[in-house]
Amino acid sequence: MLRKRSYFDSKRLPYLLILPQILVTVTFFYWPAVQGLAQSFMLSDPFGLHSRFVLFDNYVRLFKDPLYLRSIVITLTFSASTAALAITTGLLLATLANRVFQFKNIIRTFLIWPYAVAPAISGILWLFLLHPSFGVVAIAIKKYLGVDWNPVLRGSDAMVMVIMASSWKQISYNFVFFMAGMQAIPKSLIEAAAMDGAGPFRRFWTITLPLLSPTLFFVTVMNIIFSFFETFGIIHTVTQGGPGGATNILVYKVYQDGFIGLNLGSSSAQSILLMALIITITLLQFKYVEKKVQYTG
Amino acid sequence: MKGRKWFSVIAAAIFSIFWAAQSMAAVEVQWWHAMRGSRGEVVDTIVKAFNDSQSDYKVNAVYKGEYDEVVNAGVAAVRAGKQPHILQSFEVGTQTMMLSGAVYPVYQLMKDKGYDIDWKAYLQPVLSYYMDKDGNLMSMPFNSSTPVMYYNVDLFKKAGIDAPLSKTDPVTWDQMGEMTKKLVDSGVPGGMVTAWQSWTQVENYCAMHDLPFASQANGYEGLDTELLINNPKQVNHIARLKSWMDDNRFFYGGQKYQGPKSEFIAQNAGIYIDSISGIAKLKDAVKDFKWDVAPLPVEAWMEKPQNSIIGGASLWVFKGHSDKEYEGVAAFMNHLAQPEMQILWHKETGYFPITIGAYEQLREEGYYKENPYQEVGIKQLTRREPTKNSRGLRLGYFVQIRNIINEELELVWNGSKPPKEALDAAVARSNKKLREFESIYK
Repeated sequence: MLRKRSYFDSKRLPYLLILPQILVTVTFFYWPAVQGLAQSFMLSDPFGLHSRFVLFDNYVRLFKDPLYLRSIVITLTFSASTAALAITTGLLLATLANRVFQFKNIIRTFLIWPYAVAPAISGILWLFLLHPSFGVVAIAIKKYLGVDWNPVLRGSDAMVMVIMASSWKQISYNFVFFMAGMQAIPKSLIEAAAMDGAGPFRRFWTITLPLLSPTLFFVTVMNIIFSFFETFGIIHTVTQGGPGGATNILVYKVYQDGFIGLNLGSSSAQSILLMALIITITLLQFKYVEKKVQYTG
Repeated sequence: MKGRKWFSVIAAAIFSIFWAAQSMAAVEVQWWHAMRGSRGEVVDTIVKAFNDSQSDYKVNAVYKGEYDEVVNAGVAAVRAGKQPHILQSFEVGTQTMMLSGAVYPVYQLMKDKGYDIDWKAYLQPVLSYYMDKDGNLMSMPFNSSTPVMYYNVDLFKKAGIDAPLSKTDPVTWDQMGEMTKKLVDSGVPGGMVTAWQSWTQVENYCAMHDLPFASQANGYEGLDTELLINNPKQVNHIARLKSWMDDNRFFYGGQKYQGPKSEFIAQNAGIYIDSISGIAKLKDAVKDFKWDVAPLPVEAWMEKPQNSIIGGASLWVFKGHSDKEYEGVAAFMNHLAQPEMQILWHKETGYFPITIGAYEQLREEGYYKENPYQEVGIKQLTRREPTKNSRGLRLGYFVQIRNIINEELELVWNGSKPPKEALDAAVARSNKKLREFESIYK
């Protein structure tokens, strides 16, 4: 008998091997999270020399604050729009790029580029295009189209601007995944459908999209998380949450109240709530949306 | 040959030991600041002058980022017990720093270390922002500025407005209405724009018209302070600006300075209100028209307008260092107040000198004859003794309160709320923050 499998007798070794990973996780994830949780029940000055335990006061105050509730609505609107715009555009571009025969690689490379741009830089780029005072595009649409574009003054314009800047960046990310997903779809299926007389749209709806559903699901989850957290840089450079708080998404409010305003108790409570919210949304996605996903193989 | 080699090695060793001993002997003083670019270079020059002037102390100035980043670095350092000796903090953080229990008041430090300083020889409106209610200086003012009014002389002439305006006597808001009207009628897209609206149109408006911004002497006399900016005069001012938006005599260019400044440079607005420290930026950027500086407008009923208030930052000393180190800190603070340093700072950065002596000396040198812009701010700042309403603002969570005021003003500008309602809301929202802040220190 030849036993190929090697095994270890020691009961401690596995723990020893995962210890580094546990240490990293505890130090950089759990410890700060616990600190944040503790801070959220306290009212303290930034230096920590005066602090009082106030139980749920910070949370109660938040739920009594109409602006915080408004910020939740703003965040949900912003995230849903950003994700929807980024996913549909990414899917459209991937479908089109998949049908191109010439310069395929060059086109793909160009479409992937924006993902390499940091959110803050993306924000600055869009600001240079769309700022009413010095934005090239803004001045052009005001002059030639007669549109009264003013994101500095009007909340809805500002919202449109940050949604565009955020989804622009995310389109590339989605594009890469959709592209890869489409490559994995057997050509024979599509050819068979074509021979049966299905047009491009029909083929897309009945074959490509269902087979792409795992990718679509993954991309949706990632996009929602992106628009909740990583868009911070865009908001920070483009609107700073204004005008009149119209683009003050939750993660930016956490920063504004905590880092700039030094109101650590409230800021921590907001972080905890934000964490709870994103966990809920992700769980809901897994519970209800994932049922519609068809995994193959 | 071999002997010479050994000789040089030994010489190098001895030299480095001496050098090391030398640098160990000097007591290090850490200073964290937020001055970058050309301002940072001036800071380095001032520090170098101090380090070269004596060998007992060595100041080490470190740029730690923007104001909020420096304050946060300080907070983290205090929590970790590794605080620097000196921290530069912006004026809105004054109350938080003062109450933190982590600072060594500057007046106390200077007294303990044997510096007999005549605080009367300093520009009072600058000092008063950083004094406690009994007039003791808590932190050393470092970079201070105040808002003024910039105007486009060419556009003024084209519109038939008498220019230049006086550099000492402010125009009235009624005259502003006429001037902006003439500008718009002459074809300029807009009349006036303003940067930092909370600071220029509310905080300074209250100070110059001797109106309380908040109760308890603007917060100096107690934490149980409440905002008072919904008074009829302030409401009237905001309502007037709002009414000017209808015919473009005023338009909104954003909370900070970038938007309004570019509107002024692009000649879309004839008048631009911003900090005096904007002079350098305008000098660089404006090539195709002539501009000038005037004091901020006041109401016709205000016969003797008060001083404007400052913005900027001051230097705080943290507790928890050795006596010897504090001697170094005190010596450095004293060095900063020397006329040569103050003059250098003012000339290079445009921020105010903080001593009357430095100001007088600049005047005698004829500096203001060559640079008349620079004096507008100082004159406006020093035109009266500060009153309880104009010496400064002392509010907890002031950064958030400014944010609230900005938000509510934006809601006025975009027509979502009438002025009175917005200012009432700003007061109510700010008062909640103030109560929250108060309860920390109960």
